[in-house]
Amino acid sequence: MKKTSDRNIQKQTLKKVLRYIKKYRGLLVLSILLAIVSVILTLYVPILIGKAIDCIVYEDVQFEAISSNLILAGSMVGVTAVTQWFMNVINNKVAYQVVHDIRKEAFRKLEVLPLKYIDTHSQGDIVSRVIADVDQFADGLLMGFTQLFTGVITLIGTLIVMLTLDVAITLVVVVVTPLSLFVASYIAKKTYRMFKLQSETRGEQTAFIDEIIGNEKVVKAYGHEKEALEHFDALNEKLAKCSLRATFFSSLTNPCTRFVNSVVYAGVAIAGAFTVLSGRMTVGIWSCFLSYANQYTKPFNEISGVVTELQNALACAARIFELIEEEGEVPDSQDALVLEKAKGVITCKEVSFSYVPDKKLIEGFNLSVGQGQKVAIVGPTGCGKTTLINLLMRFYDVDKGSIQVDSLDIKALTRKSLRLNYGMVLQETWLKKGTIKENIQMGKPDATDEEILAAAKAAHAHSFIKRLPKGYETIITEDGGVLSAGQKQLLCITRVMLMKPPMLILDEATSSIDTRTEMKIQSAFNRLMEGRTCFIVAHRLSTIQNADIILVMKEGKIIEKGNHEELLAKQGFYSKLYNSQFAG
Amino acid sequence: MIKTLLAQVKEYKTTSILAPIFIVLEVIMEVFIPLMMASIIDDGVEKGDMKHVVFMGGCMIGAALLALLFGVLAGKYAAYASSGVAKNLRGSMYKNIQDFSFSNIDKYSTAGLITRLTTDVTNVQNAYQMILRMFMRAPFMLICAMIMAFNINARISLIFVGAIIFLGIALAIIILKAYPVFTMVFKKYDHLNASVQENIGAIRVVKAYVREDYEVSKFKRACENVYHMFVKAEKLISLNMPIMQFAMYSCILLLSWLGAKMIVVGDLKTGELMSLFAYVINILMALMFIAMVFVMVTMARASAERIAEVINEKTDLMNSLNPIYEVKDGSITFENVDFSYHKDPNNCVLEKINVTIRAGETVGIIGGTGSAKSSLVQLIPRLYDVTAGQVKVGGIDVRDYDIETLRNEVAMVLQKNVLFSGTIKENLRWGNKEATDEEIIRACQLAQASEFIEKMPKGYDTYIEQGGSNVSGGQKQRLCIARALLKKPKILILDDSTSAVDTKTDTLIRRAFKEEIPNTTQIIIAQRISSIQEADKIIVLNEGKIEGIGSHEELMAKSHIYRDVYASQMKGVDEHETK
Repeated sequence: MKKTSDRNIQKQTLKKVLRYIKKYRGLLVLSILLAIVSVILTLYVPILIGKAIDCIVYEDVQFEAISSNLILAGSMVGVTAVTQWFMNVINNKVAYQVVHDIRKEAFRKLEVLPLKYIDTHSQGDIVSRVIADVDQFADGLLMGFTQLFTGVITLIGTLIVMLTLDVAITLVVVVVTPLSLFVASYIAKKTYRMFKLQSETRGEQTAFIDEIIGNEKVVKAYGHEKEALEHFDALNEKLAKCSLRATFFSSLTNPCTRFVNSVVYAGVAIAGAFTVLSGRMTVGIWSCFLSYANQYTKPFNEISGVVTELQNALACAARIFELIEEEGEVPDSQDALVLEKAKGVITCKEVSFSYVPDKKLIEGFNLSVGQGQKVAIVGPTGCGKTTLINLLMRFYDVDKGSIQVDSLDIKALTRKSLRLNYGMVLQETWLKKGTIKENIQMGKPDATDEEILAAAKAAHAHSFIKRLPKGYETIITEDGGVLSAGQKQLLCITRVMLMKPPMLILDEATSSIDTRTEMKIQSAFNRLMEGRTCFIVAHRLSTIQNADIILVMKEGKIIEKGNHEELLAKQGFYSKLYNSQFAG
Repeated sequence: MIKTLLAQVKEYKTTSILAPIFIVLEVIMEVFIPLMMASIIDDGVEKGDMKHVVFMGGCMIGAALLALLFGVLAGKYAAYASSGVAKNLRGSMYKNIQDFSFSNIDKYSTAGLITRLTTDVTNVQNAYQMILRMFMRAPFMLICAMIMAFNINARISLIFVGAIIFLGIALAIIILKAYPVFTMVFKKYDHLNASVQENIGAIRVVKAYVREDYEVSKFKRACENVYHMFVKAEKLISLNMPIMQFAMYSCILLLSWLGAKMIVVGDLKTGELMSLFAYVINILMALMFIAMVFVMVTMARASAERIAEVINEKTDLMNSLNPIYEVKDGSITFENVDFSYHKDPNNCVLEKINVTIRAGETVGIIGGTGSAKSSLVQLIPRLYDVTAGQVKVGGIDVRDYDIETLRNEVAMVLQKNVLFSGTIKENLRWGNKEATDEEIIRACQLAQASEFIEKMPKGYDTYIEQGGSNVSGGQKQRLCIARALLKKPKILILDDSTSAVDTKTDTLIRRAFKEEIPNTTQIIIAQRISSIQEADKIIVLNEGKIEGIGSHEELMAKSHIYRDVYASQMKGVDEHETK
């Protein structure tokens, strides 16, 4: 049952791969033609040489006949070499082009995948699909092109030629075929299984190393080295064992095939000797047979090797296609409107939302925020501000109800234009690898240097940027690298300062910016907030008190809504929170 | 570098030697086969001696069987040796990394270390196996076959010499041209990898700033680059087979032509000519293999260097020669401490630090971003060594203690809180392997973590995902504090470890500490003044120097930085109170 479904998947994957290859069928047909030509030529050369030898042995050495045969053979060798090279080059081109196409497709997919997919899948897994799996697939595909075609053609060609030369000796060779097939497929199967086991164990070990070494400082601080080492040693031993078996089986291939070759060779030698003695065959043809015997067994190993490799490649391809075929975000509708500079009036009507169906988070939520109003979000850590951002910026769609900006349902707007109307400064700093300038420019790629400078000064980031070795051209890494947590946040603020979007989402993160710097930023923040609609994850009492609307969140749900006085009068969660944090 | 790696062969020396020996035996057997073939033709067929044909045919099969046996044995020993050496390499690297000091760790990135432990080791393992099997096989085969050929007829065998030179030069050119392209490809690959990784990690940024198209085109360019390079390199490598075949058939043709002439004069027999044909293949294939091994080894060289670097890295934090195994009490003294991460006295992050902390005191540290608060406390459990001056714990220089003893007495909750995959209990037992369930529950109560743990479906046996992704930031911090408490340390350092905990819980934690573990010296780094206001002593750090030390009241009077911070944080409250 499982096997058939595996087969089915393989078949479907193969079909999909073929769709990608189809684009290059012209080249592929050319490659197959070249393969046929080169195989025919390769097969013909021994015959010519055999004829030449017969000229020596039987007919009193006719140098003319020998030389004409040899010259013909020589030119054929030359042509073969050229066709082979062309074939290889074409195969390479097609294989890498296909892989290139698939990889681009996969990456494009990443950008349109709903965040839900990325939030629920491990990063490592996605990366390995786009990089490692695609690579493995490329290798398999290339091998398939180069060796499968030539292998099969050579096999058929050799058989035909041998049959025309001498049926009896051909039978000797064919009799050995099952042996050759059996050995090759046995080794291939074993090796495949062992390598799979090895890569699984390696994955296990890598995960362990990743966790321990990635947090080596904690390991050290707790003196956990010894226990970790024991665990590592056990895994290491296990991996060594798997690796031993895998390498051993794969190294069997060479001696075994050489053995089968030798048996065929000896068989042809003995059988040939009898036939020659009985006068039914010439020595030259015999010599042909010997070289065919050599060529005949070789494709078997190649083909069986290619088959496992192809299976492997298909498995990888299946994983990539899984990603490519994952449903993307519902595309913007055809008549989606482009939101220019919004006024910033936000309305939520009967909004319901949950990440998983059985765990309701927000239900029947109504909110209306006027232009330039401030909304403070208050609540204990992990209260669900991310959810709110996910909905406002339409990273996730609401289940029921609607969110409107300037009286337009955000589903009727293009995502891009909606998102460009928001500016965000969050606790997790969002930097990308590149220069400081590039990072600041992110929201406004065409900003001039003067604008950038002005924004950086307004965000109090200019002074530290100036002190960096290369100033605005300093390259920072994804996690900010040389910058301190506070500096990273200042950069993000600069970015928003530059964009000047009509709506803001801010996190009054107090944890990584020291209070003195924070004071400086606050004034800039206030300037930025003026006239703009803001959602503020508030930690500061003054912010909360001055907000037009306070949303109290707890465990992902919005439990209270109103202004400071209203909420205090309610004597609910807010008043409790307020009393414990600020009044106490 | 080679010396370092060879030292790792250790218990696999015998197998490393046996493998090539069996390879040699295998080659000898194989070399005999064409010779027997010649005998079948010249002594059997030409003379009509059928018995001889059968006998020689039998010998050929016998030789083939022996070759198989030797080949399998060689494969087995080579597999043993190479996977064993790989194991040793990983083990040695890992062990050495465990001895690394923090500054050693800072030198390498995690990703870098992981690549060394995985991909690089695999590369070296493959290369080692290749060396054991092919490095002996190919040259030996080449030599044997050459000897045999010259034995048959030296004059005609000169063709081989010509072919070897031709093929050798051709292969060398191909490799020399292709190698740099390949190394470039690998580097570009890293970019590709990084680009995907970054895009997934920062997908919200990309989307929020509507940068999808830009990122796609950037990736496309990187992809295009890799593609072109690959095609370029492979174009060169594709030349290998055709050239090889060309050389082989050219040899056969030449042999036929010259051989024919020699047979006529009687200098060569037909059978001998046939075995020469067989040697052509042997010799040229051997050459091909040498080239292949050469490529593999040069590619593995970079990996080998990276591995050797880790193995040879000396930890710069040595245990003292006569270590002290007992920490008397939790008092701490900094005497004229200077500290630089790069051991550069002119570029210190901490300068002239003098502080005395009595056992059992609670000390708060406050200071701006980058004022070296974390650096200061990391000197106490000797995560780094001071550049100048002395740090004393219990009246003794930290460098005189056994490192493990010291770190067991100084528990530190780092700024970056980390939990490991495993149950909550397992994570907490990092603090103390033998902790009883009661002790664990108690530590969690102190850290205000018991409440949320007990609410979880599996309570203390709840499985924590790698990196603690299934608990919130605040919960993680509280678990980390509980873990530190289980060590029952004499000194407890909280490096901004309650930043994600709400103020109320923060207060509860501090109150619990005060009441339950009054004899433990506590050092608290915080941004919120409310977190440290009640400390016995508050240190105000500014750009690596102490700006003021004292109680809240003293600092309010004398430190303007402290006053500023206080004012900024209390503004809201004051406003409210005056309302």
